Amino acid sequence: MALANRNLGVVVAELAAVIVANKAWLSELDGRIGDGDHGANMAKGFVRAADRGAGQDPTLGAALAVLSDVLMGEIGGSMGPLYGVMFDDMAHALEGVDVIDITAVDTMLKAALAGVQAMGNARVGDKTMIDTLAPAVAAFETHRDKGLAEALARMVAAAETGRDSTIGLVARLGRASRLGERSRGMLDAGAVSCCLILTALAQSLTKRLS
Amino acid sequence: MMQRFLNDPDDVVDETVSGFVKAHGAQVRLHPGNPRVVVSVDAPSAGRVGVVTGGGSGHEPAFLGYVGRGVVDAVAVGEIFSSPTANSFADAIRAADGGAGVAVLFGNYAGDTMNVKLATRMVAKEGIAVATVIANDDVSSAPPEERDGRRGVAGEILMWKIGGAKAATGASLPEVQAAAQKAIDACRSVGVGLAPCTLPAVGQPNFTIAPGTMEVGIGHHGEPGMRIEPLRPANDIADDMLRIVMAEHDLPPGASVAVLLSGLGATPVNELYVLYDRIESGLADRGLRVHRALVGNYFTSLDMVGVTLTVMALDAELTGLLDMDCTAPAFGGW
Repeated sequence: MALANRNLGVVVAELAAVIVANKAWLSELDGRIGDGDHGANMAKGFVRAADRGAGQDPTLGAALAVLSDVLMGEIGGSMGPLYGVMFDDMAHALEGVDVIDITAVDTMLKAALAGVQAMGNARVGDKTMIDTLAPAVAAFETHRDKGLAEALARMVAAAETGRDSTIGLVARLGRASRLGERSRGMLDAGAVSCCLILTALAQSLTKRLS
Repeated sequence: MMQRFLNDPDDVVDETVSGFVKAHGAQVRLHPGNPRVVVSVDAPSAGRVGVVTGGGSGHEPAFLGYVGRGVVDAVAVGEIFSSPTANSFADAIRAADGGAGVAVLFGNYAGDTMNVKLATRMVAKEGIAVATVIANDDVSSAPPEERDGRRGVAGEILMWKIGGAKAATGASLPEVQAAAQKAIDACRSVGVGLAPCTLPAVGQPNFTIAPGTMEVGIGHHGEPGMRIEPLRPANDIADDMLRIVMAEHDLPPGASVAVLLSGLGATPVNELYVLYDRIESGLADRGLRVHRALVGNYFTSLDMVGVTLTVMALDAELTGLLDMDCTAPAFGGW
Protein backbone atom coordinates (compact mmCIF):
# COMPACT_ATOMS: atom_id res chain seq x y z
CA MET A 1 0.00 0.00 0.00
CA ALA A 2 1.33 3.39 -0.99
CA LEU A 3 0.44 6.60 -2.78
CA ALA A 4 2.17 8.75 -5.35
CA ASN A 5 3.89 11.78 -3.89
CA ARG A 6 2.28 14.42 -6.07
CA ASN A 7 -0.74 16.68 -6.05
CA LEU A 8 -0.93 16.43 -2.26
CA GLY A 9 -1.60 20.07 -1.39
CA VAL A 10 -5.06 18.77 -0.55
CA VAL A 11 -3.62 17.09 2.55
CA VAL A 12 -2.72 20.47 4.05
CA ALA A 13 -6.15 21.79 3.00
CA GLU A 14 -7.77 18.91 4.89
CA LEU A 15 -5.59 19.56 7.96
CA ALA A 16 -6.64 23.22 7.81
CA ALA A 17 -10.32 22.28 7.60
CA VAL A 18 -10.04 20.15 10.74
CA ILE A 19 -8.22 22.90 12.66
CA VAL A 20 -10.80 25.49 11.58
CA ALA A 21 -13.67 23.19 12.58
CA ASN A 22 -12.12 22.82 16.04
CA LYS A 23 -10.95 26.42 16.44
CA ALA A 24 -13.41 27.35 19.20
CA TRP A 25 -12.77 24.13 21.13
CA LEU A 26 -9.01 24.62 21.02
CA SER A 27 -9.32 28.20 22.22
CA GLU A 28 -11.68 27.17 25.00
CA LEU A 29 -9.25 24.48 26.21
CA ASP A 30 -6.35 26.92 26.02
CA GLY A 31 -8.34 29.56 27.87
CA ARG A 32 -8.73 27.30 30.89
CA ILE A 33 -5.00 27.00 31.53
CA GLY A 34 -3.36 29.25 28.95
CA ASP A 35 -4.24 32.51 27.27
CA GLY A 36 -7.02 31.28 24.99
CA ASP A 37 -5.47 32.05 21.64
CA HIS A 38 -4.45 28.56 20.49
CA GLY A 39 -7.44 27.94 18.21
CA ALA A 40 -7.33 31.36 16.57
CA ASN A 41 -3.57 31.28 15.99
CA MET A 42 -3.57 27.74 14.62
CA ALA A 43 -6.53 28.43 12.33
CA LYS A 44 -4.91 31.61 11.04
CA GLY A 45 -1.70 29.77 10.14
CA PHE A 46 -3.29 26.66 8.61
CA VAL A 47 -5.77 28.63 6.51
CA ARG A 48 -3.03 30.89 5.17
CA ALA A 49 -0.92 27.87 4.24
CA ALA A 50 -3.86 26.13 2.55
CA ASP A 51 -4.64 29.29 0.56
CA ARG A 52 -1.04 29.68 -0.53
CA GLY A 53 -0.83 26.08 -1.70
CA ALA A 54 -4.15 26.21 -3.58
CA GLY A 55 -4.06 25.67 -7.34
CA GLN A 56 -0.61 24.12 -7.26
CA ASP A 57 0.50 20.53 -7.66
CA PRO A 58 2.90 20.05 -4.78
CA THR A 59 4.44 17.00 -3.23
CA LEU A 60 3.45 16.36 0.37
CA GLY A 61 6.84 17.70 1.43
CA ALA A 62 6.40 20.92 -0.54
CA ALA A 63 2.92 21.45 0.91
CA LEU A 64 4.19 20.86 4.45
CA ALA A 65 7.10 23.25 3.83
CA VAL A 66 4.63 26.04 2.97
CA LEU A 67 2.71 25.27 6.16
CA SER A 68 5.96 25.38 8.13
CA ASP A 69 6.97 28.74 6.64
CA VAL A 70 3.67 30.32 7.62
CA LEU A 71 3.69 28.92 11.17
CA MET A 72 7.32 29.85 11.84
CA GLY A 73 7.25 33.19 10.11
CA GLU A 74 3.84 34.60 10.84
CA ILE A 75 2.33 33.03 13.94
CA GLY A 76 4.89 33.42 16.73
CA GLY A 77 4.16 32.42 20.32
CA SER A 78 5.18 28.87 21.22
CA MET A 79 3.07 26.89 18.77
CA GLY A 80 4.46 28.73 15.73
CA PRO A 81 8.00 27.43 16.18
CA LEU A 82 6.95 24.02 17.53
CA TYR A 83 4.61 23.09 14.68
CA GLY A 84 6.78 25.05 12.24
CA VAL A 85 9.79 22.88 12.99
CA MET A 86 7.67 19.73 13.07
CA PHE A 87 6.34 20.30 9.53
CA ASP A 88 9.73 21.52 8.27
CA ASP A 89 11.46 18.36 9.48
CA MET A 90 8.65 16.22 8.03
CA ALA A 91 9.12 18.00 4.69
CA HIS A 92 12.88 17.37 4.77
CA ALA A 93 12.28 13.70 5.54
CA LEU A 94 10.25 13.41 2.32
CA GLU A 95 12.86 14.97 0.04
CA GLY A 96 13.44 12.76 -3.03
CA VAL A 97 10.52 10.49 -2.13
CA ASP A 98 8.38 9.60 -5.18
CA VAL A 99 6.10 7.11 -3.49
CA ILE A 100 4.75 7.54 0.01
CA ASP A 101 4.97 4.09 1.52
CA ILE A 102 5.34 2.77 5.04
CA THR A 103 9.05 3.54 5.15
CA ALA A 104 8.51 7.13 4.05
CA VAL A 105 5.75 7.71 6.63
CA ASP A 106 7.85 6.10 9.35
CA THR A 107 10.79 8.36 8.53
CA MET A 108 8.51 11.40 8.38
CA LEU A 109 6.91 10.69 11.76
CA LYS A 110 10.25 10.11 13.47
CA ALA A 111 11.50 13.41 12.01
CA ALA A 112 8.39 15.15 13.36
CA LEU A 113 9.03 13.87 16.87
CA ALA A 114 12.75 14.65 16.78
CA GLY A 115 12.06 18.18 15.53
CA VAL A 116 9.53 19.02 18.24
CA GLN A 117 11.72 17.52 20.95
CA ALA A 118 14.77 19.47 19.79
CA MET A 119 12.85 22.74 19.71
CA GLY A 120 10.79 22.46 22.87
CA ASN A 121 12.70 20.13 25.19
CA ALA A 122 9.45 18.57 26.44
CA ARG A 123 9.25 14.97 27.63
CA VAL A 124 6.33 12.60 27.95
CA GLY A 125 4.43 13.55 31.11
CA ASP A 126 5.01 17.31 30.86
CA LYS A 127 1.42 17.89 29.62
CA THR A 128 2.30 19.05 26.11
CA MET A 129 1.85 17.96 22.49
CA ILE A 130 4.65 15.44 23.10
CA ASP A 131 2.22 13.37 25.19
CA THR A 132 0.26 12.83 21.97
CA LEU A 133 3.10 12.72 19.46
CA ALA A 134 5.60 10.40 21.17
CA PRO A 135 3.26 7.43 21.77
CA ALA A 136 1.68 7.92 18.34
CA VAL A 137 5.03 7.70 16.56
CA ALA A 138 6.01 4.71 18.69
CA ALA A 139 2.74 2.91 17.88
CA PHE A 140 3.27 3.39 14.14
CA GLU A 141 6.75 1.92 14.43
CA THR A 142 5.50 -1.02 16.47
CA HIS A 143 2.76 -1.87 13.98
CA ARG A 144 4.54 -1.12 10.73
CA ASP A 145 4.58 -4.82 9.75
CA LYS A 146 0.75 -4.69 9.58
CA GLY A 147 0.72 -2.39 6.58
CA LEU A 148 0.36 1.36 6.16
CA ALA A 149 -3.40 1.66 6.76
CA GLU A 150 -3.33 -0.45 9.92
CA ALA A 151 -0.19 1.23 11.25
CA LEU A 152 -1.82 4.65 10.72
CA ALA A 153 -4.95 3.46 12.54
CA ARG A 154 -2.84 2.27 15.49
CA MET A 155 -1.03 5.62 15.45
CA VAL A 156 -4.34 7.49 15.72
CA ALA A 157 -5.51 5.28 18.61
CA ALA A 158 -2.25 5.91 20.47
CA ALA A 159 -2.51 9.64 19.78
CA GLU A 160 -6.00 9.71 21.32
CA THR A 161 -4.84 7.81 24.40
CA GLY A 162 -1.86 10.15 24.71
CA ARG A 163 -4.07 13.21 24.33
CA ASP A 164 -6.40 11.97 27.08
CA SER A 165 -3.45 11.23 29.36
CA THR A 166 -2.86 14.97 29.67
CA ILE A 167 -6.06 15.33 31.73
CA GLY A 168 -4.34 13.74 34.73
CA LEU A 169 -1.06 15.60 34.33
CA VAL A 170 0.31 18.76 35.92
CA ALA A 171 1.84 21.09 33.32
CA ARG A 172 5.60 21.36 33.63
CA LEU A 173 6.38 23.51 30.58
CA GLY A 174 4.94 26.58 28.90
CA ARG A 175 2.39 29.02 30.17
CA ALA A 176 0.18 26.43 31.86
CA SER A 177 3.10 25.36 34.08
CA ARG A 178 2.64 28.59 36.01
CA LEU A 179 -0.65 27.19 37.33
CA GLY A 180 0.96 24.15 38.96
CA GLU A 181 -1.68 21.84 40.44
CA ARG A 182 -4.43 24.04 39.02
CA SER A 183 -3.55 22.71 35.54
CA ARG A 184 -4.52 19.15 36.50
CA GLY A 185 -7.90 17.84 35.36
CA MET A 186 -7.93 19.52 31.98
CA LEU A 187 -6.79 18.54 28.50
CA ASP A 188 -3.71 20.28 27.13
CA ALA A 189 -4.65 22.30 24.05
CA GLY A 190 -1.40 21.44 22.26
CA ALA A 191 -1.93 17.72 22.87
CA VAL A 192 -5.44 18.09 21.42
CA SER A 193 -4.34 20.00 18.31
CA CYS A 194 -1.54 17.48 17.75
CA CYS A 195 -4.07 14.64 17.90
CA LEU A 196 -6.35 16.45 15.44
CA ILE A 197 -3.42 16.90 13.05
CA LEU A 198 -2.23 13.29 13.26
CA THR A 199 -5.78 11.99 12.84
CA ALA A 200 -6.48 14.21 9.84
CA LEU A 201 -3.14 13.30 8.30
CA ALA A 202 -3.86 9.59 8.73
CA GLN A 203 -7.35 9.90 7.21
CA SER A 204 -6.06 12.01 4.37
CA LEU A 205 -3.34 9.51 3.46
CA THR A 206 -5.45 6.39 4.06
CA LYS A 207 -8.26 7.37 1.70
CA ARG A 208 -5.75 7.94 -1.10
CA LEU A 209 -3.98 4.60 -0.69
CA SER A 210 -4.03 2.19 -3.59
CA MET B 1 -18.01 46.15 29.00
CA MET B 2 -14.38 46.85 29.79
CA GLN B 3 -13.54 50.36 30.91
CA ARG B 4 -10.60 50.56 28.53
CA PHE B 5 -9.45 52.65 25.56
CA LEU B 6 -9.88 50.15 22.74
CA ASN B 7 -11.07 49.88 19.18
CA ASP B 8 -11.07 46.32 17.83
CA PRO B 9 -9.01 44.37 20.44
CA ASP B 10 -7.34 42.48 17.57
CA ASP B 11 -5.83 45.77 16.33
CA VAL B 12 -4.42 46.90 19.66
CA VAL B 13 -0.80 45.88 18.97
CA ASP B 14 -0.69 47.46 15.49
CA GLU B 15 -2.23 50.65 16.87
CA THR B 16 0.20 50.70 19.80
CA VAL B 17 3.22 50.40 17.52
CA SER B 18 1.84 52.96 15.10
CA GLY B 19 1.20 55.50 17.84
CA PHE B 20 4.56 54.82 19.44
CA VAL B 21 6.46 55.45 16.23
CA LYS B 22 4.51 58.65 15.59
CA ALA B 23 5.18 59.92 19.11
CA HIS B 24 8.89 59.12 19.13
CA GLY B 25 9.89 59.66 15.52
CA ALA B 26 13.05 61.52 16.54
CA GLN B 27 14.38 58.33 18.14
CA VAL B 28 12.74 55.39 16.38
CA ARG B 29 11.33 54.27 13.05
CA LEU B 30 9.17 51.41 11.91
CA HIS B 31 10.98 48.68 9.97
CA PRO B 32 10.02 49.31 6.32
CA GLY B 33 9.32 45.63 5.63
CA ASN B 34 7.96 44.42 8.96
CA PRO B 35 5.30 46.29 10.96
CA ARG B 36 6.29 44.32 14.08
CA VAL B 37 9.85 45.63 14.26
CA VAL B 38 10.88 49.02 15.65
CA VAL B 39 14.40 50.29 14.90
CA SER B 40 16.52 53.06 16.38
CA VAL B 41 17.24 55.95 14.01
CA ASP B 42 20.92 55.35 14.91
CA ALA B 43 20.90 51.71 13.75
CA PRO B 44 22.67 50.02 12.17
CA SER B 45 26.02 51.54 13.06
CA ALA B 46 28.90 50.28 10.94
CA GLY B 47 31.40 48.30 12.96
CA ARG B 48 29.40 48.47 16.20
CA VAL B 49 27.70 45.44 17.77
CA GLY B 50 23.91 45.66 17.47
CA VAL B 51 21.62 45.05 20.44
CA VAL B 52 18.19 43.48 19.94
CA THR B 53 15.38 42.46 22.22
CA GLY B 54 11.74 41.57 21.86
CA GLY B 55 8.77 40.05 23.58
CA GLY B 56 5.03 40.06 23.86
CA SER B 57 3.06 43.30 23.95
CA GLY B 58 1.23 44.55 27.02
CA HIS B 59 4.43 45.39 28.93
CA GLU B 60 4.82 48.94 27.60
CA PRO B 61 7.02 50.89 27.70
CA ALA B 62 8.90 47.57 27.39
CA PHE B 63 10.06 46.45 24.99
CA LEU B 64 9.92 49.09 22.28
CA GLY B 65 10.46 52.02 24.66
CA TYR B 66 14.08 51.00 25.15
CA VAL B 67 15.00 51.50 21.50
CA GLY B 68 17.38 54.41 21.25
CA ARG B 69 20.97 55.56 21.18
CA GLY B 70 23.16 53.67 23.61
CA VAL B 71 20.51 51.08 24.54
CA VAL B 72 18.60 48.79 22.14
CA ASP B 73 18.94 49.06 18.35
CA ALA B 74 15.83 47.12 17.33
CA VAL B 75 12.93 45.26 18.96
CA ALA B 76 10.62 42.53 17.76
CA VAL B 77 7.01 43.07 18.84
CA GLY B 78 4.68 40.16 19.62
CA GLU B 79 0.95 39.88 20.23
CA ILE B 80 -0.25 40.64 23.74
CA PHE B 81 1.73 38.41 26.14
CA SER B 82 2.88 36.24 23.20
CA SER B 83 6.32 35.89 21.65
CA PRO B 84 7.17 37.74 18.44
CA THR B 85 7.61 35.54 15.38
CA ALA B 86 10.98 34.18 14.38
CA ASN B 87 10.72 36.36 11.26
CA SER B 88 10.34 39.48 13.40
CA PHE B 89 13.33 38.58 15.56
CA ALA B 90 15.31 37.90 12.38
CA ASP B 91 14.29 41.24 10.83
CA ALA B 92 15.24 43.05 14.05
CA ILE B 93 18.64 41.31 14.02
CA ARG B 94 19.22 42.28 10.37
CA ALA B 95 18.21 45.89 11.07
CA ALA B 96 20.62 46.10 14.02
CA ASP B 97 23.59 44.47 12.32
CA GLY B 98 26.42 46.85 11.51
CA GLY B 99 28.76 44.06 10.53
CA ALA B 100 30.08 43.31 14.03
CA GLY B 101 27.34 40.90 15.05
CA VAL B 102 24.21 41.26 17.17
CA ALA B 103 23.53 40.55 20.84
CA VAL B 104 19.94 39.37 21.42
CA LEU B 105 19.06 40.04 25.06
CA PHE B 106 15.66 38.64 26.07
CA GLY B 107 13.64 37.06 28.86
CA ASN B 108 13.40 33.41 29.79
CA TYR B 109 10.07 32.37 28.26
CA ALA B 110 9.46 29.29 26.12
CA GLY B 111 8.11 31.10 23.06
CA ASP B 112 10.79 33.79 23.00
CA THR B 113 13.55 31.21 23.43
CA MET B 114 12.27 29.11 20.51
CA ASN B 115 11.67 32.05 18.17
CA VAL B 116 15.10 33.56 18.89
CA LYS B 117 16.64 30.13 18.26
CA LEU B 118 14.91 29.95 14.87
CA ALA B 119 15.80 33.56 14.02
CA THR B 120 19.43 32.92 14.86
CA ARG B 121 19.38 29.95 12.49
CA MET B 122 17.83 32.12 9.73
CA VAL B 123 20.38 34.95 9.94
CA ALA B 124 23.33 32.60 10.38
CA LYS B 125 22.77 31.60 6.75
CA GLU B 126 23.31 35.28 5.85
CA GLY B 127 26.55 35.47 7.82
CA ILE B 128 25.28 37.49 10.78
CA ALA B 129 26.85 36.42 14.08
CA VAL B 130 24.40 36.32 17.00
CA ALA B 131 25.10 35.98 20.72
CA THR B 132 22.24 35.64 23.20
CA VAL B 133 21.71 36.38 26.88
CA ILE B 134 18.55 35.12 28.57
CA ALA B 135 17.36 37.11 31.56
CA ASN B 136 16.36 35.16 34.66
CA ASP B 137 16.19 37.73 37.45
CA ASP B 138 12.79 36.78 38.97
CA VAL B 139 13.81 35.07 42.22
CA SER B 140 10.33 33.76 43.06
CA SER B 141 9.89 31.79 39.83
CA ALA B 142 12.28 28.97 40.84
CA PRO B 143 14.70 28.18 43.70
CA PRO B 144 18.34 29.36 43.45
CA GLU B 145 19.60 25.93 42.35
CA GLU B 146 17.23 26.12 39.35
CA ARG B 147 18.24 29.62 38.33
CA ASP B 148 18.18 28.67 34.63
CA GLY B 149 14.45 28.08 34.95
CA ARG B 150 13.67 31.50 36.35
CA ARG B 151 11.71 34.04 34.35
CA GLY B 152 13.10 37.35 33.20
CA VAL B 153 11.35 40.46 34.48
CA ALA B 154 12.32 44.13 34.96
CA GLY B 155 16.02 43.32 35.38
CA GLU B 156 15.98 42.99 31.59
CA ILE B 157 15.95 46.81 31.38
CA LEU B 158 19.27 47.03 33.23
CA MET B 159 20.64 44.22 31.05
CA TRP B 160 19.70 46.18 27.92
CA LYS B 161 21.21 49.39 29.32
CA ILE B 162 24.51 47.68 30.16
CA GLY B 163 24.63 45.72 26.91
CA GLY B 164 23.83 48.81 24.84
CA ALA B 165 26.43 50.89 26.67
CA LYS B 166 29.08 48.21 26.19
CA ALA B 167 28.28 48.06 22.47
CA ALA B 168 28.59 51.85 22.29
CA THR B 169 32.17 51.62 23.61
CA GLY B 170 33.06 49.67 20.47
CA ALA B 171 33.37 46.36 22.31
CA SER B 172 33.28 43.03 20.44
CA LEU B 173 30.25 40.73 20.36
CA PRO B 174 31.64 38.38 23.05
CA GLU B 175 32.43 41.42 25.24
CA VAL B 176 28.91 42.80 24.85
CA GLN B 177 27.45 39.38 25.61
CA ALA B 178 29.65 39.05 28.70
CA ALA B 179 28.67 42.50 29.99
CA ALA B 180 24.94 41.81 29.49
CA GLN B 181 25.31 38.44 31.21
CA LYS B 182 27.16 40.07 34.09
CA ALA B 183 24.40 42.67 34.34
CA ILE B 184 21.56 40.17 34.61
CA ASP B 185 23.60 37.98 36.97
CA ALA B 186 23.86 41.04 39.24
CA CYS B 187 20.07 41.54 39.27
CA ARG B 188 17.48 40.04 41.59
CA SER B 189 13.80 40.89 41.22
CA VAL B 190 10.50 40.13 42.91
CA GLY B 191 6.92 41.11 42.08
CA VAL B 192 3.85 41.69 44.25
CA GLY B 193 0.36 41.75 42.74
CA LEU B 194 -2.74 43.31 44.29
CA ALA B 195 -5.20 42.99 41.39
CA PRO B 196 -5.09 40.98 38.12
CA CYS B 197 -4.83 42.16 34.53
CA THR B 198 -7.22 41.73 31.60
CA LEU B 199 -6.20 40.83 28.05
CA PRO B 200 -8.17 43.10 25.68
CA ALA B 201 -9.31 40.24 23.44
CA VAL B 202 -10.46 38.15 26.42
CA GLY B 203 -12.33 40.86 28.28
CA GLN B 204 -12.01 39.47 31.78
CA PRO B 205 -9.08 38.68 34.07
CA ASN B 206 -7.67 35.19 33.51
CA PHE B 207 -6.67 34.87 37.15
CA THR B 208 -7.94 36.35 40.40
CA ILE B 209 -6.47 38.01 43.45
CA ALA B 210 -9.12 38.15 46.15
CA PRO B 211 -9.84 41.61 47.60
CA GLY B 212 -7.87 42.16 50.78
CA THR B 213 -5.09 39.81 49.70
CA MET B 214 -1.88 40.09 47.72
CA GLU B 215 0.23 37.65 45.74
CA VAL B 216 3.92 37.82 46.68
CA GLY B 217 6.20 36.66 43.89
CA ILE B 218 3.71 37.18 41.05
CA GLY B 219 5.07 37.08 37.49
CA HIS B 220 4.74 39.52 34.62
CA HIS B 221 1.72 37.72 33.17
CA GLY B 222 0.07 36.81 36.44
CA GLU B 223 2.12 33.69 37.01
CA PRO B 224 1.39 32.45 40.54
CA GLY B 225 3.64 33.73 43.27
CA MET B 226 5.22 31.98 46.22
CA ARG B 227 2.42 32.92 48.65
CA ILE B 228 -0.94 34.63 48.89
CA GLU B 229 -1.43 36.57 52.09
CA PRO B 230 -3.52 39.39 53.58
CA LEU B 231 -2.73 42.84 52.19
CA ARG B 232 -0.48 44.73 54.58
CA PRO B 233 0.74 48.34 54.91
CA ALA B 234 3.15 49.53 52.21
CA ASN B 235 6.14 49.58 54.55
CA ASP B 236 5.64 45.91 55.41
CA ILE B 237 5.41 45.01 51.73
CA ALA B 238 8.53 47.05 50.93
CA ASP B 239 10.42 45.33 53.75
CA ASP B 240 9.29 41.90 52.53
CA MET B 241 10.28 42.54 48.90
CA LEU B 242 13.66 43.89 49.93
CA ARG B 243 14.23 40.89 52.21
CA ILE B 244 13.43 38.52 49.33
CA VAL B 245 15.85 40.07 46.84
CA MET B 246 18.61 40.79 49.37
CA ALA B 247 18.55 37.16 50.55
CA GLU B 248 20.26 36.33 47.24
CA HIS B 249 22.70 39.23 47.30
CA ASP B 250 25.87 38.98 49.35
CA LEU B 251 26.93 42.62 49.55
CA PRO B 252 29.37 44.12 52.06
CA PRO B 253 28.50 47.42 53.75
CA GLY B 254 29.55 50.31 51.57
CA ALA B 255 28.62 48.55 48.33
CA SER B 256 26.62 50.35 45.65
CA VAL B 257 23.41 49.18 44.03
CA ALA B 258 21.00 50.29 41.34
CA VAL B 259 17.31 50.03 42.20
CA LEU B 260 14.46 49.69 39.73
CA LEU B 261 10.94 49.89 41.14
CA SER B 262 8.39 49.45 38.37
CA GLY B 263 4.62 49.66 38.54
CA LEU B 264 2.73 46.89 36.74
CA GLY B 265 0.37 49.23 34.90
CA ALA B 266 -2.40 50.29 37.27
CA THR B 267 -0.48 51.24 40.40
CA PRO B 268 -0.67 54.95 41.24
CA VAL B 269 2.80 56.39 40.75
CA ASN B 270 2.75 58.11 44.14
CA GLU B 271 2.43 54.69 45.76
CA LEU B 272 5.63 53.63 44.00
CA TYR B 273 7.35 56.48 45.83
CA VAL B 274 5.72 55.43 49.11
CA LEU B 275 7.33 52.01 48.63
CA TYR B 276 10.65 53.48 47.45
CA ASP B 277 10.86 55.68 50.53
CA ARG B 278 10.95 52.57 52.69
CA ILE B 279 13.14 50.54 50.32
CA GLU B 280 15.85 53.20 50.22
CA SER B 281 15.83 53.32 54.03
CA GLY B 282 16.10 49.53 54.17
CA LEU B 283 19.12 49.59 51.88
CA ALA B 284 20.72 52.36 53.96
CA ASP B 285 20.15 50.26 57.08
CA ARG B 286 22.17 47.52 55.40
CA GLY B 287 24.99 49.98 54.75
CA LEU B 288 24.30 50.06 51.01
CA ARG B 289 24.39 53.10 48.77
CA VAL B 290 21.87 53.63 45.97
CA HIS B 291 23.92 54.82 43.01
CA ARG B 292 20.91 55.16 40.74
CA ALA B 293 17.19 54.71 41.31
CA LEU B 294 14.51 54.26 38.65
CA VAL B 295 10.95 54.59 39.96
CA GLY B 296 8.00 54.53 37.57
CA ASN B 297 6.16 52.41 35.03
CA TYR B 298 9.16 50.88 33.30
CA PHE B 299 7.91 47.34 32.63
CA THR B 300 4.18 46.81 33.05
CA SER B 301 1.61 44.03 32.77
CA LEU B 302 -1.41 45.67 31.13
CA ASP B 303 -3.60 46.93 33.97
CA MET B 304 -2.24 44.84 36.82
CA VAL B 305 -2.09 46.55 40.20
CA GLY B 306 1.31 45.62 41.51
CA VAL B 307 4.99 46.35 41.51
CA THR B 308 8.35 44.75 40.82
CA LEU B 309 11.51 45.53 42.74
CA THR B 310 14.89 44.91 41.13
CA VAL B 311 18.18 45.41 42.99
CA MET B 312 21.36 45.25 40.94
CA ALA B 313 24.75 44.91 42.61
CA LEU B 314 27.27 47.30 41.06
CA ASP B 315 31.00 47.12 40.56
CA ALA B 316 33.19 49.66 38.80
CA GLU B 317 32.52 48.29 35.31
CA LEU B 318 28.75 48.08 35.70
CA THR B 319 28.64 51.53 37.32
CA GLY B 320 30.57 53.06 34.44
CA LEU B 321 28.33 51.44 31.82
CA LEU B 322 25.15 52.30 33.72
CA ASP B 323 26.20 55.97 33.84
CA MET B 324 26.94 56.26 30.13
CA ASP B 325 24.74 58.63 28.19
CA CYS B 326 21.76 57.21 26.31
CA THR B 327 18.40 58.27 24.93
CA ALA B 328 15.32 56.09 24.71
CA PRO B 329 11.62 56.97 24.96
CA ALA B 330 11.20 54.98 28.18
CA PHE B 331 14.10 56.77 29.86
CA GLY B 332 12.48 60.17 29.26
CA GLY B 333 14.63 63.26 28.75
CA TRP B 334 13.69 66.38 26.87
